Amino acid sequence: MTTDTTDAAGRDRVLGRFRDRLDDFDVSHTTVDPDGVSDAVEAVLEPPAIGVDLPEGRGELPPGVTTVWSPADLRGAATGVTPASLGIADYGSLVLPTTADGVEPVSLFADRHVAVVAEDDVVGGMASALARLGDRFRADRGSAIVATGPSATADMGALVQGAHGPKAVHAIIVRS
Amino acid sequence: MSDARTTKAEHIRHILETEGAAIEQNTQGFNDGRYESVADLEDYEGLKREAREIKEDAIERLPELLDDLREAVEANGGTLYLADDAADANEYVRQVVDDADGERVVKSKSMTTEELELNTVLETDGVDVVETDLGEWVLQLADEAPSHIVAPAIHKSRESIAALFEARFDPDQSLESAEELTRFARERLGEQLADADVGVTGANFVTADSGTMALVTSEGNARKTVAATDVHVAVAGVEKVVPTVEDLAPFLELIGRSGTGQDITSYVSLLTPPVGSPTLDFAADERGTPDDREFHLVLVDNGRLAMRQDDDLRETLYCIRCSACSNACANFQQVGGHVFGGETYSGGIATGWEAGVEGTDVAAEFNDLCTGCSRCVNACPVGIDIPWINTVVRDRINRGDVDADEGAVEWLVEGLTPDADPSGVDVQKRLFGNFGTVARLGSATAPLSNWVADTDVARALAERFVGIDRRRDLPQFQRETFREWVSARDGLALADAERTVVLFPDLYTNHVQVERGKAAVRTLEALGVAVQVPDVTASGRAPLSQGMIATARERAEAVAEALVPHVEAGYDIVVIEPSDHALFQREYEKLLDEPSHEALAANSYELLEYVYGLLANGADADELADGDGERVAYHSHCQQRTLGVERYTEAVLDERDFDVVTSDAECCGMAGSFGYKQEYYDVSVAVGEDLTAQFRTEETADRAVVASGTSCLDQLEDLLERPSRHPIELLAPE
Repeated sequence: MTTDTTDAAGRDRVLGRFRDRLDDFDVSHTTVDPDGVSDAVEAVLEPPAIGVDLPEGRGELPPGVTTVWSPADLRGAATGVTPASLGIADYGSLVLPTTADGVEPVSLFADRHVAVVAEDDVVGGMASALARLGDRFRADRGSAIVATGPSATADMGALVQGAHGPKAVHAIIVRS
Repeated sequence: MSDARTTKAEHIRHILETEGAAIEQNTQGFNDGRYESVADLEDYEGLKREAREIKEDAIERLPELLDDLREAVEANGGTLYLADDAADANEYVRQVVDDADGERVVKSKSMTTEELELNTVLETDGVDVVETDLGEWVLQLADEAPSHIVAPAIHKSRESIAALFEARFDPDQSLESAEELTRFARERLGEQLADADVGVTGANFVTADSGTMALVTSEGNARKTVAATDVHVAVAGVEKVVPTVEDLAPFLELIGRSGTGQDITSYVSLLTPPVGSPTLDFAADERGTPDDREFHLVLVDNGRLAMRQDDDLRETLYCIRCSACSNACANFQQVGGHVFGGETYSGGIATGWEAGVEGTDVAAEFNDLCTGCSRCVNACPVGIDIPWINTVVRDRINRGDVDADEGAVEWLVEGLTPDADPSGVDVQKRLFGNFGTVARLGSATAPLSNWVADTDVARALAERFVGIDRRRDLPQFQRETFREWVSARDGLALADAERTVVLFPDLYTNHVQVERGKAAVRTLEALGVAVQVPDVTASGRAPLSQGMIATARERAEAVAEALVPHVEAGYDIVVIEPSDHALFQREYEKLLDEPSHEALAANSYELLEYVYGLLANGADADELADGDGERVAYHSHCQQRTLGVERYTEAVLDERDFDVVTSDAECCGMAGSFGYKQEYYDVSVAVGEDLTAQFRTEETADRAVVASGTSCLDQLEDLLERPSRHPIELLAPE
C-alpha cells in the first residue's frame, strides 16, 4: 500500500507508483504542465472527438474536441476526453466523477478515452481514495467510476480489451 | 438408490466430457492468478480480517443499517423496497417497469435476479429482457444456466459461441476470433441499450451512510445499463449493506484478486443513484438532465433474515460472491457449477446459499461435492468456514427423510455401525462414517477380509448396495495393528528419554498404514523421545466427513478424554494423519468444549512438524536416515497446507539431503471416502490426474513418491502405479 505523504520525495514515490501501475494496466500516459494539456490531448486523439470541459487550472481542450454533443455524437465519437477527479497510485486507477455535463458517457462510449488528472489529485491507495469519496458522496450524493485500464472481457473464449467500453485509455497527468 | 447413484455418475461423466476441459483451464487460471495477485499485497491477512470484521458488524447491525440506508436513499431521491421473497421482489420490479411503459429492460449481471427468476416474470408480461454482460448474453441466447458465479459462460468454448452466433444471427461476415465475437456482441447490444427503457443492475455492496452502491465489473455494460436508461432498478440481497463508503476499501482490494486473480477489475462503479449524468434519448437524439432519472433499490430477504438467526448458516451472509471457493476447489475445477451447484449458486459456499434460500433439499443435490479439503478456507476473503457449512448442511440432510429404497440393506449396515446419528443417514455415508468399526473387523479377520472384499462378487454387492466403486482398490487391513505392535515391543524407556510424547494411533495408521506408525516410533525414539500410544484411534474425522456430527462429537469427546490428561501432565501430542491433526486444530473447536479444544490444538503437532521442532531444539539429525541426494516427489495434504505445516516436511527432508519436488495440486481428489463412492469416482480420478501429471514429467517420473495423508497415498498408488510412502518412512533409522 502506497502511503500518502506531502513531502517532495513522498509525492514522487506516489506519482512513480501511479505511472508504473498505469503501465501495468496498459494505460499510456504523458505528464505535462497545464499549458501543455491541449497539445497532449491533440497528440493522442482520433477524430471525431467529444469532451467535457476541464476544471479551472487543468488546461484546455484542443479545438478538435467538441463539448457540445448529442447522443448520436456520443455513439459516433472515436475519442472521449474527460477530467478525472482522482488517480489511485496502487491500482493505476482513474476516478471519473459522474457529472451533469456527462463525464460518465463521454468516458465510456468511444473506443478511446483520454483522462486528464492533476498530479495533486493522485492518492496512494484505495483507502485514501475512498476517504475522499466518502466525504463527497455524503455531502452532495455524488457518484464516480473507479476505472482501471480499458474495458475487458474473457467471455468470448479469450481475453479481449474493449468490450462495451473503451479499447484504449490514455492518461494526461497535469503538473501543479 | 443405486439407480440414483448411477444416474448421478452418468451426469458427472457427461459434464466432465463436454465442459470439463474449459472449466478446468479457466478456474485453474483464476486460481493461479489469485495466488499471484494476493502475494503483491503488503498485508493480505490484515485486509481479510478487516473485511471479515466489517461483514460481521454489518450483519449484526443489519436492521439498524437498513433504516439508515432507507433514509439515505430517500434523501437522494430514490426508493428503497424491502422484498420478503422472490414473488414480492418480482412484483415490485414488474410494477416499476409497467409504470415506465417499459418495453425493453437491459440488465447487467446479477446473481440475485437469477435467484428471483426475474427475467421469466418480465418476459411473461411481454417485456424484452436483454442481458448485456457478454457471458450472460451468450447463455441467454443458448438458454443455458451459468456454470460459475463470476464468469457464467466459462464452460463454453470460443468455437461453440461462434457457432451459436452463426445460428442465431447469420452475420454477414463469419465470426471466428474472440475479438470478432466481442465486437459483434458489442454492436448488437449497443443497439439494444440505446432504446432500452429500464436498466436493471445488481449491487456488490450498498453503503448505509450515503446510499452508494458499488458495482464491480469489467466490460462496461453495467455503466451503460445505467447511463443509457432513465429508470434504474438495482436488485440485491439484504446482506449487501455495509456501514460506510470507507468500509468498501478492503473489499475493493480483495474481490478481484480473490476471484479472477485481477488486482482490480476495469470498473468499480460507485453510484449514489439517481446518478448525476444527463439522460440520453438516442431515438430523439436529445440529452436530458439528471433530474429526469428515477431509481429503485430492491433489497431481497428471501430466506436471508432467517439465515442471520441461524448460528451455522449466518457466515454465508458474509460472502461477497468473489468465486474464490469455486476456483480453489479441486472438484469444482473439474465439473463446474453444472454439477457443483444448485438453483442459482455454485461452488463451496453455494451449499449455504441454496440451503438458506431454496432449502436443504436443493443443497442435498450437490453438497457431497465438498470433501472438506479446506483449500477454500484461506482463499475466502472474509474467512468463511465453508467446509463447516457443508458439514452442517450434510448433517441436516442426514436428519431428513430416509430414502425408501435403502431399507433392504440398512439393517445390515446399522448392525455393523452403531453410531449416534439418526436413521435418515444414507447407507453409504453410514458405512464410511463408521470406518472405525469396519477397520477393526477388517484387521481382526485379515487377510481373509481383504481376500473376500476383493472378490468380484463382493465388489459387485458393495457397489450395488453401498455405492463403493468397483474400480477402486480397497484398503488392505493389516492383521497386526499398530497398537498391537507397540504393546508387544520394548520401546525406549521413559527413564532413558529426554521427553515423552503421546502418538495418536489414528485408524489408518492403526489398521492399514501400520508401517508409517512403526517408522514414526523409530524416528522419535532415535531422537530421544519416548512414545506412548493411547487406547483411542477414532478421531471423528470419518463420521464428520459424512455429516454425522453427533457421532463425530462422541468420538471427539472420547479422544479428549484420553488425551487431555496427557496434555495436563505436560506431554505433547503427535499426530501422523494430517486430516486428524487438522481436526484437532480446526473442527474440534466446533465439537468440544473450549478448554478441551484449546488443550488439544495448542499441544498437538503434525509428526514432521514435531520432528522439525526436535531438530531445531538440538536433537541430532544424524540419527535419521541419510537421503544421500535421493530424488523425491512429495505431495502434501490439503488440510495440512491450509494449516501451513507442509513446510516442515520439506525442511526435514531437505535437511537429511533428500532432493524434494513438491506438487502444487490443491487436493489429491481422494478425500477420505469420496474417491470410493461410485457416483464420484470419475471426478476423483480427474482431480487425481492433475496431481499425478505433475509426477509424470521428465523431472519427476523417476522420483520416489511421498505423501503425508492416507487418502493421498491411496490415490497416488492407484493412479501412478508406483509405490508411495509417508515421508517418515524415508527418515526413520533402520
